Amino acid sequence: MAQALNQALRDAMTDDDSVLVFGEDVGPLGGVFRVTDGLNAEFGDKRCFDTPLAESGIVGLAVGLAMHGMRPVVEMQFDAFAYPAFEQVVSHVAKLRNRTRGALSAPMVIRVPFAGGIGGVEHHCDSSEAYYAHTPGLHVVTPATVADAYGLLRAAIASPDPVVFLEPKKLYWSKEEVDLTRPVPPIGRAQVLREGSDATLIAYGPAVPPALEAAEIAAQDGRSLQVIDVRSIVPFDDETVCKAVRSTGRAVVVAEATGFASVASEIVARVTERCFHHLAAPVRRVVGFDIPYPPPKLEHFQLPSVDRILDAVEDLQWEDS
Amino acid sequence: MKSVIDDLLPTDEPLACISADGTAVLDSQIDRPNDSALLAGYAALVRARRLNDQAYALVRQGRLAVYPSSHGQEACQVAAALALDDEDWLFPTYRDTAAVVARGVDPVEVFVLLKGDWHSGYDPRRHRVAPATTPLATQLLHAVGLAHAAQLRGEKTVAMALCGDGATSEGDFHEALNFAAVFKTPVVFFVQNNEYAISVPLARQSVAPSLAHKGIGYGIPGQRVDGNDLAAVLSVLSSAVAKARAGGGPQLVEAHTYRMQAHTNADDATRYRQDADVEAWLTRDPLTRIETFLRAEGLLDDELAASITAEAEEMAGHIRGGLNTDVPPDYRHLFDHVYAQPTAQLQEQSAVVADELERDTTDPEADL
Ligand SMILES: Cc1ncc(C[n+]2csc(CCOP(=O)(O)OP(=O)(O)O)c2C)c(N)n1
Repeated sequence: MAQALNQALRDAMTDDDSVLVFGEDVGPLGGVFRVTDGLNAEFGDKRCFDTPLAESGIVGLAVGLAMHGMRPVVEMQFDAFAYPAFEQVVSHVAKLRNRTRGALSAPMVIRVPFAGGIGGVEHHCDSSEAYYAHTPGLHVVTPATVADAYGLLRAAIASPDPVVFLEPKKLYWSKEEVDLTRPVPPIGRAQVLREGSDATLIAYGPAVPPALEAAEIAAQDGRSLQVIDVRSIVPFDDETVCKAVRSTGRAVVVAEATGFASVASEIVARVTERCFHHLAAPVRRVVGFDIPYPPPKLEHFQLPSVDRILDAVEDLQWEDS
Repeated sequence: MKSVIDDLLPTDEPLACISADGTAVLDSQIDRPNDSALLAGYAALVRARRLNDQAYALVRQGRLAVYPSSHGQEACQVAAALALDDEDWLFPTYRDTAAVVARGVDPVEVFVLLKGDWHSGYDPRRHRVAPATTPLATQLLHAVGLAHAAQLRGEKTVAMALCGDGATSEGDFHEALNFAAVFKTPVVFFVQNNEYAISVPLARQSVAPSLAHKGIGYGIPGQRVDGNDLAAVLSVLSSAVAKARAGGGPQLVEAHTYRMQAHTNADDATRYRQDADVEAWLTRDPLTRIETFLRAEGLLDDELAASITAEAEEMAGHIRGGLNTDVPPDYRHLFDHVYAQPTAQLQEQSAVVADELERDTTDPEADL
């Protein structure tokens, strides 16, 4: 996946001179996850550069650049280190278009390696999507497949709106043969990753692989589970998600983030409001506990495991139907 | 031998050009602006004062929700705008209405924000004035980014970013100075030190010898100027802009001035400062100072002064007229400018409001 993201950046920079890539260690080093590998050598220090170590500075600089026609793609080194930039994101990146009634805007991509599952120490594993999703004016997307990593990043860079691009850290090393010439999916579309008729698993980012695995195991036990990858948290694709839930009448939302006031909660609310009469059971969540992200030796308790997903599916009141 | 720091160090005292009583030209290290620049500055200053007075009156009449006045700081306001060329950008805060107007933006459009109709009423691109920011010091980084973009495009643009003394304590102030210095970006950081951040005096904000000294740590030259001396502020800012434009990197200028009125109409300044302090500053009023000087020099007579006042009066009338006509803002603005294209969810929400309005106008009881 890291390579697909790298290719997306390279292709976008080749196609459009105004695309700039900057952040901490993204220059000669190529980023701590090597997503910007080789870009500094290929495009020079004006197009791909290291900044001083200051996240608010990085995003604030991007606002001014975007105001004057550049297309910044900035890297926040890790999820929890993006918080110093939060004021710029919320007060300016998200609002510039609205404040000026469209006269100015701040189209940019804020890339955030996010979520856990890699044995990282604290501050390297936060799932921060709800903070961004709660802020009108931002698009929030997260790829779960290698193909989407490429396609969604291209779409994000081309978007006239600012996009918070959440890269699931534990999927950086996932591998897949990808046809880069296939059309780039528009932001705002969920996709059905696996067809199924008994229940729908709704997941995004790092929660997608365990959801797929759970569906595979359930199939062996005779339960047909559909798996939806949300892909775009904002805008949210009610249509695809609700169509899927109506077709199965049962749903489980799977996410790694803390559950309270979360994106998963929002999805449950939306599905319930729109599909209530099609539901055979309350929509369940398999989410993180309401705790700060645990240390590496305990993190497996926090992550949505295949077992927990299957348990939640079993809880969907099958005996009543 | 001269050290690197000598080139960055501000003077011990703020630079001044004209004495506080307006009677003499001080032997200063700075060039006195030419006569026509001084006269243009004076006319803009008269307008700025009139703008402040008018806004204050409008707050009392309930026509403006709030007004952070720059009364007493008008020399800084005017000079910030006049030091720039057309291609340059100004990055103002909530206190810098008079600077925005001096840059040429229609005051009625500027007041759209304070009136409560919308967040920014003017087109930022037209006059190259960013929308005024309220979160402190955040816009300093935008100025650095914009100037950096201009530099990449080979333009000669300079960005002038304004902030107050309190804002220099914010992280973004320091990040902006550092970024600008590292990238050698053409930005002029202009701090209007009016001695208070709402109620907190400068001594609680910083113990640096001056705010201009803060540039040294970043490798940025700092300059202190008497903020109530129009000639001095014009001169210092103009040369800072020229240095930035010529590739000299960012510049930091601190003007020493005073906020004569409360922070906003919602603030009670008597709780944290003495009347005597305010009165002492009356004798240093920027307007009387330049006016006395121009008259002594024979550059200004009653006739010219009257025509400048009349022109400012006309502007005040234009503001009153503009704020008297209440065009209700369009509800669609709520939804139309969140994203380039409204999302499906926003379209639904917009339809809800449209439906409510429709019911309001068709409901026969609505008029009762
Ligand atoms: C980040 C932030 N914190 C707090 C405030 C609330 N606030 C508004 S103005 C102000 C004082 C600012 O003082 P100064 O920078 O000296 O500017 P002045 O108002 O004196 O021009 C404060 C604390 C704010 N606008 N932004």
